[in-house]
Amino acid sequence: MADATPQSVLRFEHVSVAFGDTVALNDVSFDLRAGGTRIVYGAAGSGKSVMLKIALGLLKPTSGRVFVFGQDTTDLKEKDLFPIRSKMGVLFQEGGLFDSMTIEDNVAYPLENAVTSRDRKTAIPAEQISGRVHDALRFVELEQTLAKFPSELSGGMRRRAGIARATVNEPPLMLYDSPTAGLDPITANMIIALIIKARDTKNTTSAIVTHRYQDGQLLANFRYNPQSGHLERSNGNGDGVCARTTFMVFGEGRLVFEGTQDELDHSTDPYVSKFKAVKQ
Amino acid sequence: MLDFLKRPILALQDFFFLTGRALRNIFRSPHYTDDILLQMDIIGVGSLPIVILTGGFSGAVMALQMSRALSTYGATGQVGQIVAITLVRELGPVLSALLVAGRSGSGMASELGSMKVTEQIDAMRALGTDPIQKLVTPRLLATAVMLPLLTIISDLVGLAGGFLVASITLGTTASQYWNTAYRALVWNDLAQGLLKPLAFGIVIALVGCFYGLRTSGGTQGVGLSTTKAVVVASVWIFVITFFITQIFVNQ
Repeated sequence: MADATPQSVLRFEHVSVAFGDTVALNDVSFDLRAGGTRIVYGAAGSGKSVMLKIALGLLKPTSGRVFVFGQDTTDLKEKDLFPIRSKMGVLFQEGGLFDSMTIEDNVAYPLENAVTSRDRKTAIPAEQISGRVHDALRFVELEQTLAKFPSELSGGMRRRAGIARATVNEPPLMLYDSPTAGLDPITANMIIALIIKARDTKNTTSAIVTHRYQDGQLLANFRYNPQSGHLERSNGNGDGVCARTTFMVFGEGRLVFEGTQDELDHSTDPYVSKFKAVKQ
Repeated sequence: MLDFLKRPILALQDFFFLTGRALRNIFRSPHYTDDILLQMDIIGVGSLPIVILTGGFSGAVMALQMSRALSTYGATGQVGQIVAITLVRELGPVLSALLVAGRSGSGMASELGSMKVTEQIDAMRALGTDPIQKLVTPRLLATAVMLPLLTIISDLVGLAGGFLVASITLGTTASQYWNTAYRALVWNDLAQGLLKPLAFGIVIALVGCFYGLRTSGGTQGVGLSTTKAVVVASVWIFVITFFITQIFVNQ
């Protein structure tokens, strides 16, 4: 009989990180499986962004092990991490776009980089890059900004361009670091809608770090309808969006909660309650 | 007890680590030729006007200063010799390097520092690019190549500036000036005059990139890194010129 449990995509085993005397992550363990969406809540300085950087291999844990797509990446050298990172898309807090490049060049960067350096076998042909870049920018409704520089765009547009760059090579795992931080509610909801669209159309596993309670609620309860081209409320069991979405809450480097939306709603933990209080 | 030494020693270790990786990357793929050429343009061509100006005036000032001293001994004919030696051995390389440290070293620290605080360096790593290969090695190569060339230009313009002053104030003829200047220089002078800017170029680029990549704490951190890069590179220029001069003086 085939194993019905989805494959582990990102797994932390007792990961701790300290910067000098400051403990940023304290004995964190979790397992994100293929097709799942993980919402990571936490206040500023709770260690949630550090967790993403460790997942990418940008920071090394002080202790514990990290597994990405089943491979232990804890002690891998930088050059050995590149092939693994090419399967991960990341949206940084401010978009992380390169100032000196146009939006078109920014979005083309992951594809061109694969052609010029590593993974030549998996790189797409150079003549197809332009088409892929246009598709990615059309996906985030930013086709008109091809020749612009990041400094000419608004904060929300930079995040959208960042999503286009992160998804252009269609990675199976997407990491979002505070995608709505510093944005007005309308733009923030637009960014979340794009994340839902990327998740549902490209069928990616996603981890979203945020401090906004509403972001998680939208991600857990809405899905993208490709026929209508709009978001619609998930009908519970049928499409399984809610079942595939799990929550974590970080507090001062510790994982204080992990579970489903239902468990989150019924949690009596005082720190978790503070987050839930925001919605009222 | 010796905890206060920990940070500078760790910083020095990081600096040598960066130096090793930047130098090793010169021989490793991928080579970002476009970035090297762009940096050569920014550092070399961009610094040309300021290097010409300061080179010209430093030669002119040397001639002015020396004309008074030499006239005491009735040796004003030797002004070309003195301007040539001081410019080629010391003033040309050091002044050009200080200008490039102030202009390009600070630029590297602030550019890389801004990239660091806005997570562009992290993004670069996440997208499978080694930031040292893409950002540091091209700047290192460009500065190491362009600074000796800038110094040669600075020396030539300085000699011309010296000639202008010598001919106006002392009535020195062109053949007298250029002859004494040419005869004064030996291979030893040219060697140290070119070795120094090569060493300065390497140090300016590495120090600028090092402080840029270590930036933390937002825009204030970028300012701090920029200041540190210029100060440290300038101090190193004087230390290095002392040791290289020491080697060549004993030859």
